[in-house]
Amino acid sequence: MSAFRRLVLRDLRLAFRQGGDAAMVVGFFVLTIVLFPFGVGPEPALLARIAAGILWVTALLAALLSLERLFQADWEDGSLEALALMPLPLEAQVLAKCLAHWLVTGLPLTVVAPLLGLLLHLDAAGYPVLVLSLLLGTPSLSLIGAIGAGLSLGARRGGVLLSLLVLPLYIPILIFGVAAVEASIGGFAARPHLLLLGAFLAGALPLAPLAAAAALRQALE
Amino acid sequence: MHRFANPARFMRLSAAILPWTAALSVVLLGLGIYLALFVAPPDYQQGEAVRIMYVHVPAAWLASFVYALVALTSAIALIWRHPLADIAAQSAAPLGAGFTLLCLVTGSLWGARMWGTWWVWDARLTSVLVLFFLYLGYIALVNAFDEPGRGARAGAILALVGVVNLPIIKFSVDWWNTLHQPASVFRLGGPTIAAAMLWPLLIMALGYTLLFATLLMVRMRTALLAAKLRALRLAEVEREAASLMPQQTALS
Repeated sequence: MSAFRRLVLRDLRLAFRQGGDAAMVVGFFVLTIVLFPFGVGPEPALLARIAAGILWVTALLAALLSLERLFQADWEDGSLEALALMPLPLEAQVLAKCLAHWLVTGLPLTVVAPLLGLLLHLDAAGYPVLVLSLLLGTPSLSLIGAIGAGLSLGARRGGVLLSLLVLPLYIPILIFGVAAVEASIGGFAARPHLLLLGAFLAGALPLAPLAAAAALRQALE
Repeated sequence: MHRFANPARFMRLSAAILPWTAALSVVLLGLGIYLALFVAPPDYQQGEAVRIMYVHVPAAWLASFVYALVALTSAIALIWRHPLADIAAQSAAPLGAGFTLLCLVTGSLWGARMWGTWWVWDARLTSVLVLFFLYLGYIALVNAFDEPGRGARAGAILALVGVVNLPIIKFSVDWWNTLHQPASVFRLGGPTIAAAMLWPLLIMALGYTLLFATLLMVRMRTALLAAKLRALRLAEVEREAASLMPQQTALS
């Protein structure tokens, strides 16, 4: 357990010392959201209607943006090979890296999302569910993304390839994340959608590290 | 199963089977198209446009089936490291992508006629589109590495991850209740489709499957021959290099 904690702290320290992956991701999130009123027009009714979808899609893209670096730096300087020799199973290491990645990207996105909801005139009923759905959904984004990041290590055009690999797998999370917010705005129960998001997370927590660790092993061979 | 993993045996077996599957698929597709276009009755609601079904539905079946096959051969390749399984998965994927595209295009044409719109964001259409992207991602990943073995292994893992999508396609009709009609062939209590329409459909499906088997064997044979050619060329280059080596040392 202590090795796990140390790995998380190492990744967090690296993220902060290298000058803010979190700031980059949140900056991209804010800027892209701000572009939408210019694109679709400033009418509050229209913005309120599409707010939930825009917030979720943009959060997803922002999370995707930082995925490429999840294993890249460790792979390039060889520390991934050293990590693979640790007694801690590679699956647990992937989990630690995903946790660190989520703390640096998913959590800040979740914190900023309600503020951006204000800019988009999101209905008042939607805020708690928006935060809750992002809290449940963004860890799955990091976990599933780790598979793609591991698979595309060392590939030509890795970044574009990563989005092609990962975005199709993100679709169910996007569907239920947005559905939860829209249900709460429309006065329906958001609980089933949130439960499904929780189910995805419960499935991704054990399965994604398995697949990502397999991907890392074949990258290290 | 391990007996068939031998590439030389596969080359011999496939050479013997190939003419038969090719001929049979031509016959079945010809018969199926004739039955579908001239014999099968027009639908009482959809009229003549229902004939798109005979092209569309088998393509949809094959789109899912081929993905399952890619995942299965990928699992075999990962577990037993059979080179033939890798080649099978890589050769099947572009064919599956082709069937998926055919399914999407014919579905769009059918939708334009029946629903009055080219595209509907309904659950089943969307998951077939996602399946298409999964195929593209697999093909891109397999070809993204300088070392071919690396791409094969990465692709195999991706295929197993993506297989989660297949049940979503199958059950999406029940999950989201939308424009797309519910399943009418495979369901409890027997098919609801008329026998005069079912027979041409099944013949077309068999023809599609045999066509796929034929093309898969051709692609696998080509891949094996290409690998052999590459190995021969490499050996030739090495032999030349070895014969040049003493002269170079003599010069220096």
